Amino acid sequence: MAATATLPRTATAPARRKRFDWGQVRTYISALIILVWCLLPAYWMIVTAFRDTAFTFDSSFWPTHVTWDNFATVFDESLGNHFGRNLLNSLIVAGVTTVVALVVGVFAAYALARLNFRFKFAVMGFILGASMFPGVALVTPLFQLFTNIGWMGSYQAMIIPDISFTLPLTVYTLTSFFREMPWELEESARIDGCTQGQAFRKIILPLAAPATFTTAILAFIGAWNEFLIASQLSSDATRPVTVAIAYFAGAQPHQEPYTAVMAAGTIVTVPLVILVLVFQRKIVAGLTAGAVK
Amino acid sequence: MSTKLPERTQAKAKAEGHHMPGRESADRKQVTQGRWASLLLLPTLVLLAIVIIYPVVNAIIMSFQKDAGLNAATGFFEQGGAAGFDNYAHWLLQQCNGQACPPGTIGSQFWSAFGTTFFFTVVTVALETVLGFWMAIIMARSFRGRSAVRAAVLVPWAIPTAVTAKLWFFIFAFDGIANKLFGTQILWTGSEWPAKWAIVISDTWKTTPFMALLILAGLQLIPDEVYEAAKVDGATAWQRFTQITLPLVKPALMVAVLFRVLDALRMFDLPYIMTQGANNTTTLSILVVDQIREGFNSAAALSTITFIVIFLVAFIFVRFLGANAVGAATSSGKK
Repeated sequence: MAATATLPRTATAPARRKRFDWGQVRTYISALIILVWCLLPAYWMIVTAFRDTAFTFDSSFWPTHVTWDNFATVFDESLGNHFGRNLLNSLIVAGVTTVVALVVGVFAAYALARLNFRFKFAVMGFILGASMFPGVALVTPLFQLFTNIGWMGSYQAMIIPDISFTLPLTVYTLTSFFREMPWELEESARIDGCTQGQAFRKIILPLAAPATFTTAILAFIGAWNEFLIASQLSSDATRPVTVAIAYFAGAQPHQEPYTAVMAAGTIVTVPLVILVLVFQRKIVAGLTAGAVK
Repeated sequence: MSTKLPERTQAKAKAEGHHMPGRESADRKQVTQGRWASLLLLPTLVLLAIVIIYPVVNAIIMSFQKDAGLNAATGFFEQGGAAGFDNYAHWLLQQCNGQACPPGTIGSQFWSAFGTTFFFTVVTVALETVLGFWMAIIMARSFRGRSAVRAAVLVPWAIPTAVTAKLWFFIFAFDGIANKLFGTQILWTGSEWPAKWAIVISDTWKTTPFMALLILAGLQLIPDEVYEAAKVDGATAWQRFTQITLPLVKPALMVAVLFRVLDALRMFDLPYIMTQGANNTTTLSILVVDQIREGFNSAAALSTITFIVIFLVAFIFVRFLGANAVGAATSSGKK
């Protein structure tokens, strides 16, 4: 058995190596193209964010005319920018949405992953369909409803519609994570003398925590990046960052404040990107969970 | 798959008339699990009913009512009333107060917005599928720095679409870097086709990574031995791609395409921020938003039409093209 398994490998290795080098070069060139394509525009945003307004359209690749002024403009209330407020609003809306979706969704995900019941297929189909629901179909009726009950521009006016896509996403992602978990360990722990509470605390919770955390990041990013609903249902006081960036005011009136907008974009994006890169593996697993297998 | 087993064996046992020891306890287990499941699912389903079904039903009811407005015949400002299918005729047949909608009004833009939406959907999804497939194949190979590439593709995905729109608006500015790099002097957001391509390129940059990661996950499920065997049989690289990779990755690919198509059909942020829908870049979602402040009920009819269009596309995908997202999600991970 061992001989037949190793024999072909040693036989083909020299022949393959020679072809492999050329293939490897092409792989590296392709990888470089992907890297440049994905990172260059983001790099350009950061470089521009640190560029003096007078040199907005400077086309040198490296940072030139470096200044922090744009970041000051972003937070300059005399220009009508309330970016600190906008950041807080985004945090509140995305935070509350995430917590609600997780707390509610974790039970549904457990049921879908672990229990046998009729209509499971239908329930999953409904939840998936809900996640693909067009936001614009909610905005119109909610616009009128919230106007009538005086909720226009309140936090809940954004949180409620945001739940329509974060909750299905949460349930969907958690279900596929839960399905992969070694639940037999719980039983083994019980046999080894753990109480049900101990088994949950010491076995299930540590196993489920990373999955839940990853799902929370995905839900948070979804709500943080939301634009359509917020652009229609928020007010000056509750405006989140995505909407604020779209309607930014610069130092010169009637002039698109490119550099300040890039600075605002950098502030919004960099923490998110760091978060994503730190939890890269988990996030990719969460993103693709359920779509394959 | 294994989750369905008890039910099936039970049914089989019943059908064949065998006596099955422990059948009663299995039945009871089924019932208690069902009860537990409905209890655990209840909060989610109730919440989704409140945030989705209630507004949709509300929108449908609204769509059959007249918008408040000036009655041309009487000269009075009137409150609504039943409209029948008038609001739908307004959009689909371009009827404004019984005659053809004058050009330039929101009502006259329905079919062009419809066309624009489908143009964006077909072009962006096609581009993203081809590019995403290529990226996935590269990322599936083993080379040094692979994890860096896999991390880099997450960057466009993580950037909010509103920021993406502003970023590419700046790149495509008249004095911007795109014109300088290519030595062109195009007013990208100033006329129809440059504006459309600017939006297509931005969308492709933003969402190709998502596509690539989904396809990559599908590629990783194909065992290496299959390729080895094909090589031994003398299959060329192209044959290996069309005969092995494509058919085996098809389920994951179809789900990814379905997700992207449904997402592209509701495209709003990029054109709304980059062009405000000018120069024929108005999508159906933008048209609804433009209409909201002009009259709820017509807007409700339009949003219902948009919803039905998206629903129909999803239905066609699942029914005829075999994009089985639900099946992928409900099947057990243990295989």
